[in-house]
Amino acid sequence: MAFITASWNPLGDAFYRKTELYEMCWSLRDGLRDCLVAAAPYGGPIALLREPLRRSPSSRPQLEIYSASGGSIASFPWKSGAVVQLGWTVSDELLCIQEDGSVLIYDLFGSFKRHFSMGQEVVQTQVLEAKVFHSPYGTGVAIVTGSSRFTLATNIDDLKLRRLPEVPGLQGPPSCWAVLTQDRQTKVLLATGPDLYILDNTSCTAVSPPGLGPQAGSIVHMCVSFSYKYLALFTDSGHLWTGPSHLQDKLSEVDTKVRMSPKQMVWCRRPKSQQPSVVLMWDRLLLVAGVCSDTIQFPLDDQCVCVGELDGVRIISSSNQELLQEVPLVCQDIFKIASMAPGALLLEAHREYEKCSQKADEYLREIKEQSMLGEAVRQCVEAAGHEYDSNTQKSLLRAASFGKCFLTDFSAESFVSTCRELRVLNAVRDAAVALPLTHTQFKQMTLQVLIDRLVYRQFYPLAIEICRYLKIPDYQGVSRVLKHWASCKVQQKDLSDESISRAVCMKVGDSAGVSYSDIAAKAFECGRTELAIKLLDYEARSGEQVPLLLKMKRSQLALSKAVESGDTDLVYTVVSYLKNEMNRGDFFMTLRNQPVALSLYRQFCKLQEQETLKDLYNQDDDHQELANYYVTASYREKRLESRLSLLQTAVDEFNKAKNEFAAKATEEEMKLLRFQRKLDDEKGAGLLGLSLQATMEALLALGLQKQAEQLYRDFRVPDKRYWWLKLKSLAEKEEWEELEKFSKSKKSPIGYLAFVEVCMKSNNKYEAKKYVTKVTPEQRVKAHLAVSDLEGAADAAIERRSESEMGAVLSRCSDSDRLLIDRLNRAKASAAKK
Amino acid sequence: MAAHLSYGRVNLNILREAARKELREFLDKCAGSKAIVWDEYLTGPFGLIAQYSLLKEHEVEKMFTLKSGRLPPADVKNIIFFVRPRLELMDIIAENVFSEDKIHSSRDFHILFVPRRSMLCEQRLKEQGVLGSFINIDEYILDLIPYDGDLLSMEYESAFRECYLENDQTSLYHTAKGLMTLQALYGTIPQIYGKGECARHVANMMLRMKREFAGSQNQILPVFDTLLLLDRNVDLLTPLATQLTYEGLIDEIYGINNGYVKLPPEKFAQKKQGEASKDLPTEAKKLQLNSAEELYAEIRDKNFNAVGAALSKKAKIISAAFEERHNAKTVGEIKQFVSQLPHMQAARSSLANHTSIAELIKDITTSEAFFDNLTVEQEFMTGVDTDKVNTYIEDCIAQKDPLIKILRLVCMQSVCNNGLKQKVFDYYKREILQTYGYEHILTLSNLEKAGLLKPQTGSRNNYPTIRKTLKLWMEDANEQNPNDISYVYSGYAPLSIRLTQVLARPGWRSIEEVLKMLPGPHFEERQQLPAGLHKKRQQGENRTTLVFFLGGVTYAEIAALRFLSQMEDSGMEYIIATTKLVNGTTWIKSIMDRPEAQAP
Repeated sequence: MAFITASWNPLGDAFYRKTELYEMCWSLRDGLRDCLVAAAPYGGPIALLREPLRRSPSSRPQLEIYSASGGSIASFPWKSGAVVQLGWTVSDELLCIQEDGSVLIYDLFGSFKRHFSMGQEVVQTQVLEAKVFHSPYGTGVAIVTGSSRFTLATNIDDLKLRRLPEVPGLQGPPSCWAVLTQDRQTKVLLATGPDLYILDNTSCTAVSPPGLGPQAGSIVHMCVSFSYKYLALFTDSGHLWTGPSHLQDKLSEVDTKVRMSPKQMVWCRRPKSQQPSVVLMWDRLLLVAGVCSDTIQFPLDDQCVCVGELDGVRIISSSNQELLQEVPLVCQDIFKIASMAPGALLLEAHREYEKCSQKADEYLREIKEQSMLGEAVRQCVEAAGHEYDSNTQKSLLRAASFGKCFLTDFSAESFVSTCRELRVLNAVRDAAVALPLTHTQFKQMTLQVLIDRLVYRQFYPLAIEICRYLKIPDYQGVSRVLKHWASCKVQQKDLSDESISRAVCMKVGDSAGVSYSDIAAKAFECGRTELAIKLLDYEARSGEQVPLLLKMKRSQLALSKAVESGDTDLVYTVVSYLKNEMNRGDFFMTLRNQPVALSLYRQFCKLQEQETLKDLYNQDDDHQELANYYVTASYREKRLESRLSLLQTAVDEFNKAKNEFAAKATEEEMKLLRFQRKLDDEKGAGLLGLSLQATMEALLALGLQKQAEQLYRDFRVPDKRYWWLKLKSLAEKEEWEELEKFSKSKKSPIGYLAFVEVCMKSNNKYEAKKYVTKVTPEQRVKAHLAVSDLEGAADAAIERRSESEMGAVLSRCSDSDRLLIDRLNRAKASAAKK
Repeated sequence: MAAHLSYGRVNLNILREAARKELREFLDKCAGSKAIVWDEYLTGPFGLIAQYSLLKEHEVEKMFTLKSGRLPPADVKNIIFFVRPRLELMDIIAENVFSEDKIHSSRDFHILFVPRRSMLCEQRLKEQGVLGSFINIDEYILDLIPYDGDLLSMEYESAFRECYLENDQTSLYHTAKGLMTLQALYGTIPQIYGKGECARHVANMMLRMKREFAGSQNQILPVFDTLLLLDRNVDLLTPLATQLTYEGLIDEIYGINNGYVKLPPEKFAQKKQGEASKDLPTEAKKLQLNSAEELYAEIRDKNFNAVGAALSKKAKIISAAFEERHNAKTVGEIKQFVSQLPHMQAARSSLANHTSIAELIKDITTSEAFFDNLTVEQEFMTGVDTDKVNTYIEDCIAQKDPLIKILRLVCMQSVCNNGLKQKVFDYYKREILQTYGYEHILTLSNLEKAGLLKPQTGSRNNYPTIRKTLKLWMEDANEQNPNDISYVYSGYAPLSIRLTQVLARPGWRSIEEVLKMLPGPHFEERQQLPAGLHKKRQQGENRTTLVFFLGGVTYAEIAALRFLSQMEDSGMEYIIATTKLVNGTTWIKSIMDRPEAQAP
């Protein structure tokens, strides 16, 4: 602890430190000599190809993939052509760029994914040099060919090759070049001798870095910073020029006093850097050159590879791996010898406190006097994030926690999240996992991507632990991991369908948001249909399940799943698929086993295919529905004969359905139709289509009494209804004599109040009065009132001693009926007494 | 615009806003000027979501009704069809598109399916060869539409018919989806109760969908404590009865459509001095009815017999308020009076409107025919002579009263008698066929299928038991100051609402026997809430139940639920949702078949 600054090297105002990340667990026989090496940023994997250009078929070079800590992930002999460059994509896929311009893509585990070519002409001219670069659009590849032409692919997942224009006067290969992403455009910056050019899609522009005089010599090496913001140029006179990559300005020019071109040159800076610097590496020397004229020199005793990171440089040698970075300002503040920064004081205070010394209080007071305690806590928390050593992290966090106690309204959020994140980072930094991420990198890459990477490396349990620990919503966390796990699981050829599906189901269970259909689709892709079906059974979303089942030709199953879902549109989808796939018989049989689907199909047929509807009912021997079908159909027919024949069929079906009533009613209907037709023909009565009642009404209106009577008898019309009919008809025609005769023909089944009311409706009080006396006592008051005979009504009411009836009469009385009113009131009073 | 939606216990305006947002998003997808071609059925429900002004803001310049033939000319960049997913509409659209292409070629076509896209429809468009003409084919998921502060409806007219006659559960799927949307906005509903086959089906789908959506678990504190799903066929009786609340009667007599009623204009003629009375307005008076209108909110759920008193009380208050002006002496007082003037004038015109409506209704409710009809209904409901042919029905048939009236009565008798004696059953059917035409044999068959009309089978009539246990008939219903829900039918307490009431207290366990007599299973499900979302109930805070009527609900039932919400000791507030707002007439109409109407 006390010697934390021992590894710090000053450079200008800043310090640089090297932290050991891992002792490499690989054992490379010849070190990194003669190797093509590619290591992905953000603590990514390392790919090695030994003696890449050896072409003798007898000894093939070996392609090896290691984790960042040197753990072997894959290794296989390289059987393809000569490789010029290796590189990693943002999604941890390995790109092997061959001399002939073809690019082979492998996954992390060395299995071949796909390939593409950088252009036909490259086969002839050969790739001289290639670079893999990352931009907001994805991972890109740039090559320069033997004919000194550049070709770019900005995003290999959406391959569009761009051949850049020729560089005028360029003879032979450029001395060095780099890819730049500026203003959403990808360009190539290249140097030939002392000249510098920018190549974009259409043009080649000569540029000159400000302040780099011609005396500096030819540019022999260049590099662009991680963010493409800065450019460094190294000339054959040993000068290092640094400046922003738009070349409008200059940061510095340092004489490194080494004339040899470095093997590697990488920017080493961090966001909000104090002292942006460039790391140059030669065989035996590593040199850090900043803006000031100072440099830091580290001797090297082994072949190394530098990997530029967002906030530093990883240096990989055959034995270990170190992170070289600028010491973050907050760490400087705290750990710098004799620092009086609040964080430093707080750390000291806590140290004293642990020693049970009263000095703790003194330190605390000092901070508090300056009201800097909040700042002190914040510094300790932030610094902890930047420290790699867990003991240092702990003492910083403990100090922060200690300081926090003396603050009243301090939000613990950053403290808590830093603690959590550090715990996660420490876990993934473990050599077995080997993702040596700094806190800054982690924040930049986001937790989502970290989980993705863990999943991709198949560290499922760890990924799940992290998700649970950080309480990520299942949908983005655990479920996503499980989904990947399951997709990987179904590809294990040595396990049976049964055991895989059981394992998947057990782990995934009802986990939110895991799509079993995605897993099943994966299984189906691998040719394991049975497994896919088993898995689909667990899928809750039928919308996903059904189409896949159809794709696998499991239409019956698809149908029952669609029905289960309740989504009728989905059922229709399957039904119409089946209809096209199957012969009619099978189709009907299938539907028959799925009543819901069947009724939906019936609905469809009702609207679209009446004939099919009939067939469906026939198949089910559903005579009732068949009969209804024929009844409906009969109304579509214009010709009476066809109408009757359809109705006859309906009658037969009703009989088969044992619906006697309907059969009879339909027979009656036919009888009525025939009757109407006959009369229409004979008398032009215009009856066809009328109801029985309306027909009789029309007949009576036309004076065809006999025919009406005939219908009344033939159709066994209830007396009541017929009497009403006749009563109204006669009144309408004002045949009062006839009416009276009719009233006397026998005792009226509808009583005589009806007669009174109907006459009154025709405004014939005289006739109405005739029937008043015939009305039953219960209705007599009403009858008298109907003909406005108040006296009579009053008499009847008083006779019946009905209070309510008397009330009814009273309500009709007007002021002129004083006498009547008095009489009624008296009667009412006496009725009330009893 | 829709402030009344946010007054209730649950702010339903959130739902409306969500729907509006989605609509805007769709409209903005079609850049440039637009014309909307409407499936006429949708304009009503849409009016509740967005007025023309919103459409106008998004460059909708013209609106047409979907008709076959050629589209009317309109100088717009986009033509958008707003349609329900129905095959027959697809054919019209295809015709529109075909006749269009020849003249203009620069107009873009879009379809917005409401509430859901349908594979069948798209296939149909494909068959017609126009599918490719559409730039956007989208769906506008409008399942539950807020009708009032406590009322949601899907306005899915054919829901009952599809579920009970055609075994087509599309509407139930939409219901489940609608409930999921609701839960996304208002939190997971922890308890689900239900009665009936359809209720079971909806609950199953909801639980299933919850699994599908699992993971995107919503972190909203649940607004609803309970969901009660009720099948309409559990209570077939209630909608058959004539509603006797103010709103119920308006609906029975004039029909309320999407919150609007059309009334005969004579009563509403502006009486101005000197003007001749002969130019009476001929166009029906259209009024919007919802709780935004203070007076209406007050009287809508009263028994009609109590409306008169309420109106005259209100009249006194309003005229007293106008009299205030004489007391206003200081400038400040006058100013205050004037500031209240608009509100008072609105109240006065509202009073005038409702007085007119009440008069119109009174003319009908005091008629003998209405009285006789009601008497018979009440006889049936109390179980008087339900096993004999009813003379009144016979007379009505003989008088050729409207068929639907007859059907309502006959069905009611059948339901109250747990089926009619075979002889009575056949007699009624014959009478109907002979009087109204044999084509109604299909309608009768439908009614039988729906269980509304049936012959008595061996089992004994259990309606009296149900009536007694659930206290469906209350002899002394107080219409003026009700103390029980039975006031909405002047004696009959709607079965559906009794079930709801019992569920809240003392619980369904107390009526197991009756529940078994009613069709379909009854059930209870619990939905797990994410930790930390369990409500901490304040002392005395009411619980909220969403009652969902599958297959329709009447205004009287709604009134009864509102009454329960307002009861001081009920401890429960109700929000009502349904597939369709119905009354006996519209409901029976939806089950009828009219082959002669389709005849060429």
